[in-house]
Amino acid sequence: MRYLPLTDTDRQTMLGQIGVGSVDDLFVDVPASAQREGTVDLPRHLGEMQVERQLSAMAAKNMTASSVPFFCGAGAYKHHVPATVDHIIQRSEFLTSYTPYQPEITQGTLQYLFEFQTQVSELTGMPVANASMYDGSTATAEAVLMAHRVTRKSRAVLSARLHPHYTAVVENLSEMGGFAVAQNPVGDASQVSEAEDLLALMDDDTSCVVIQNPDFFGNVSDFSALAAAVQEKGCLLIAVVPEIVSLGLLKRPGDMGADIVTGEGQSIGNGLNFGGPYVGLFAAKQKHIRQMPGRLCGETVDADGQRGFVLTLSTREQHIRRDKATSNICTNSGLCSLAFTAHMTLLGGKGLRHLAQLNHAHAVQLSQSLSAIEGVELLTPAFFNEFSLRVPKSAASVVEALAEKGVLGGVPVSRLSPEAGLEDVLVVAATEANTQEDIAAYAAALKEVLA
Amino acid sequence: MSEKQTFSGNRGLQLEEPLIFEIGSYQNCGVDLDEVPDVASRLGDCAAAGDVDLPGLSEPEAMRHFVRLSQKNHAIDAGLYPLGSCTMKHNPRLNEKMARLPGFSDIHPLQPQATVQGALELMDDLAHWLKTLTGLPAVALSPKAGAHGELCGMMAIRAAIEAKGELATRNRVLVPESAHGTNPATAALLGFKVDGIPANAEGRVDLAAFKEKLGDDVAAIMLTNPNTCGLFERDIIEIADALHDVGGYFYCDGANFNAIVGRVRPGDLGVDAMHINLHKTFSTPHGGGGPGSGPTVLSDRLAAFAPLPFVVSGDDGFSLVETMVDARLGADENPFGRMVAFHGQMGMYVRALSYMMSHGADGLRQVAEDAVLNANYILASLRDVMTAPFDNGPKAPCMHEALFDDSFLKDTGLDTLDFAKAMIDEGYHPMTMYFPLVVHGAMLIEPTETESKASLDLFIATMRDLVKGAKEGDMARFKNAPELAPRRRLDETQAARNPILRWQEREPEAQAAE
Repeated sequence: MRYLPLTDTDRQTMLGQIGVGSVDDLFVDVPASAQREGTVDLPRHLGEMQVERQLSAMAAKNMTASSVPFFCGAGAYKHHVPATVDHIIQRSEFLTSYTPYQPEITQGTLQYLFEFQTQVSELTGMPVANASMYDGSTATAEAVLMAHRVTRKSRAVLSARLHPHYTAVVENLSEMGGFAVAQNPVGDASQVSEAEDLLALMDDDTSCVVIQNPDFFGNVSDFSALAAAVQEKGCLLIAVVPEIVSLGLLKRPGDMGADIVTGEGQSIGNGLNFGGPYVGLFAAKQKHIRQMPGRLCGETVDADGQRGFVLTLSTREQHIRRDKATSNICTNSGLCSLAFTAHMTLLGGKGLRHLAQLNHAHAVQLSQSLSAIEGVELLTPAFFNEFSLRVPKSAASVVEALAEKGVLGGVPVSRLSPEAGLEDVLVVAATEANTQEDIAAYAAALKEVLA
Repeated sequence: MSEKQTFSGNRGLQLEEPLIFEIGSYQNCGVDLDEVPDVASRLGDCAAAGDVDLPGLSEPEAMRHFVRLSQKNHAIDAGLYPLGSCTMKHNPRLNEKMARLPGFSDIHPLQPQATVQGALELMDDLAHWLKTLTGLPAVALSPKAGAHGELCGMMAIRAAIEAKGELATRNRVLVPESAHGTNPATAALLGFKVDGIPANAEGRVDLAAFKEKLGDDVAAIMLTNPNTCGLFERDIIEIADALHDVGGYFYCDGANFNAIVGRVRPGDLGVDAMHINLHKTFSTPHGGGGPGSGPTVLSDRLAAFAPLPFVVSGDDGFSLVETMVDARLGADENPFGRMVAFHGQMGMYVRALSYMMSHGADGLRQVAEDAVLNANYILASLRDVMTAPFDNGPKAPCMHEALFDDSFLKDTGLDTLDFAKAMIDEGYHPMTMYFPLVVHGAMLIEPTETESKASLDLFIATMRDLVKGAKEGDMARFKNAPELAPRRRLDETQAARNPILRWQEREPEAQAAE
C-alpha cells in the first residue's frame, strides 16, 4: 500500500520491541463480540490510476459551469479564481499544517489570518472580524446566538428576504437551543421594503433583526434607517452579505450601521465545489469581541521583541471554556480563508471595484435581454449581480428545459422555498465569467422555452 | 549559538515578510480584467462613494509574499507532526487532484439535479463506505467539521427525545472528564445539563461512577472511543447497554476512529451516533485549521431524524431531499432540520472517497493496525525515561496515541511547555500539550500510520536526548527555547490584554521610532 511506510520486517521488529506476539495483542481491549476476523465488505485497495479512472467517470456525468452559459447564484457564485490562488493553497506548508497552536512555527498561517481579518474588517466596514466560520449560513446562526448573549434576550426577527437555507439553519440552531425566531412572511418577490414589517415583529424579547443585502431575490438597498430604528429599541442589526464581491460597489454594512456582519466569502478565491467547502465571514463591533464565536488572531511580540501573531482571547472557546464557551466551533475554514486572502490581495481595492463593476454591468445587460422577452418580468428594481424574474410558467420547469438546451439559467425559488407560493419566480445571476455570447444564448434559449 | 545579526533581518533562507498592507499599493492589481461595458447603474441608493481601502499586489509580489509566509510553518509534508487527537497523517495528492476535477469542483449546488448525477452518486458512494465501516444504517453527510458533526448527532438525539415527549425531563448529558472541549460545549449549546464522569485509575470511564449517574433524566453520554488517553474503553458495550436500559442515547466522539477503522465497527459497540472527521481518519488536509468535514453516522433509533439534505436513489437515478416538503413525501423521514446551506463539504467528500478507494477494506484495516503499532512503539521506547500515567507494560497497550505526563520533569524546574518548546528547536512540532485534562502536564503523542520506522527512531532518540538534557539541568536548552524557529516565544498575555485584531495605519512618528 503506497501510503504505508512500514515493511513487514519493521512490523515484526517493532512488535518484538513492544513485547507482544502479534498486532492482535494490541487490540486486546476490544470486546470479543466486536472483534472482526476479516475485512469489512468493501472493495480492496486500488492503484492511483484505477481510482482516477473511476472518479473521473463519475465527474464526467456532471454538467460543469464553465462548459455552458451559466447563470446560477442564490448564495454560490461562479467567479474566475486566478491560478496563483490555487498554487498558494496547495503549498505543503499551508495545506498540511494544523491549527496554529504553536505560534513559533506557524507564523505563516497566523499572519495570513491576521491579513484575512483585516481584509474582512475593511470590506464590511466593521472594526473586527474573526478567522472564519464554516460558511455564511452557520456564521449567521452564530451571529443570532451572539446577539442573544450581548442583549440577554432570546428572540430573533428574520427578513423574508433572507436566503431560505440560512433561515432554516438559524431556525434549527435556535429551536434546538431553546430560542425563538419570527420571520416576516415572504410576500410578493417584488415587494422590497419590509422595514415596517420587521419593526412591527419586534417585541421585548427580541435581540436582533437579521437582514440580507443583496437579499435572496437580488435586491440591494440602504438599510441605515432600519438599523437606527432597530438600535433605538436596544437590539442589534445583523446584516448578511451572501455575495462578497458586491462590496466592491455597494455601501459597506458597517457604514450603514450594522452591529454584526456575516457573509459568504466563497466568491473570492473559492470555487463552486457543489456547495462546499466555503468560508463564513464574521465581523462585529469592538465592544462585542468577547462575545464573538470562533478563532481570533492577534498581534503581539516575541521574546526578542519582534512582531508576531498568536491565536488570542481563547478563553471564549470550547477547548478552554468547555460548556461555557461562546460556540462549539473548533476547525473552521482555514485554507478557504487563505484562498480568500490571496485572491483579495491580487485584486486590491481597485481590482475588486473593477470586478464588481463587471459583474454589475453583465447583470444589467442580462436583465435587459431577458426582460425584453414577452411574458418575462423583472422583479428587482435595484440589484448588484443577481435579480429575480417572473416567468409565465413554472420556473422549475423552465430551468430544466433550459438545462436540456445546455444553459444553466438560474435557481427557481420553489427549489428552496416550495411553500412560498413563488413557483413562477426565477433567481438569475451574472458574473465576470459570462460573455456577451452567453447572454445572447440565454435570451435565445429562454425565448424558445417560453414560446 | 551564533547570533549573527544581518542588515536585512533575514537569516539565510528564512525571510522576514511584512504585512500586505505595508507592501501593497492602492494602484496595484494582480488580476487583468475585461473592460467594463457601458451600462446605466441599477444599484439604487446602495452605491458606495469610493474604492475599498485595501492595497493590492502584482502577481509576482503576491506569490513571493505567500511563499515566504508558508516557509514559517511546520507541516506534515515537512516532518513528524505528533499532535495527539489531531491525526496529522500524510495527505495524498491524488485526493487533491480528484477534488479539482471540474466535474466536482465546477458545479453549482443548485443546478438541476439531472445535471449533477455523478456528484450525487459520489455522495451516495461515500455514504455507503461510511455506513459499512461503522456498521450503522444511516449517515448525515452535511456537517462541516467534527464539532458540527457532534452538534448533528446531539440534535438527532434531542429530536428523538422530543418525539418521545421527554424533552422536559430528559436533559442531562454525561461527559467524561477526559472529553474534548467541544463535547460539553455542544451539549450546552442544545440546552442540556453537562454532568462530568470521572476516570478510573486506568484512564477509562469509571463504570461504577457512571452507573450511579444513570437515571430517567439522562439524555445521552458523549464518549470518545478510543478515548483521549489513547485507550480503548474496555467496558463500552456494558456502558451502552446500561445507558439504553434507562432510555439514553450513546453519542460517540469519532475523532479517534482512525485507531479502529476497518477492524472494529462502532455499530457493534452500541453506538447511536458518531461523527467522523474526514480530515482525521480519511486524510483530508487540515489546511491550517480547516475546512474539515464531519459526516455523522446514526443508528436505527436516530436514522429517521437525520437532517436535510440527503441523497436518495430511485428509478430515475439519484435525487436530493432538500426541504421539509420533499421529506414529507418520504414515509419514514422526520428530519430535525437543516445545519448548513447547500449539501456540505463536497470537496472533502471527494478527497475522502479517493482515500478510501485507494486503501480499500484491506488497506484501511492496515491503517488502524499500523497507527496502533506506531503509537505502542513510541510508548515502549520512551516509558523508561518519560512517565506514562496509565501504562501497565505490554499487556496493556495503548491505541493510536501514547499519553505521558510531566512527572518525569519533577525537580527539574521545567514544565510541559518548556519541553515542548525545546522540541521545536530539534525540528519537531510538539505533541498535544495539557490535554486531556485528567493528567498533569499531559503530553499526548500520535505518530499516525504514515511515519516510517526510521522517522520514529529518530524522534525517539531525540526525545530521549531531551529528557536527558532536562534531567541534567540544561535549563537554557528549554527555558530559552525555541531559539531557532522563525519566532521565539510569543507574548500571549499581551495579545489578550490589548487585542490588536487587524492592521491599522500607524502614526508616522511611531513608525520612525521603530
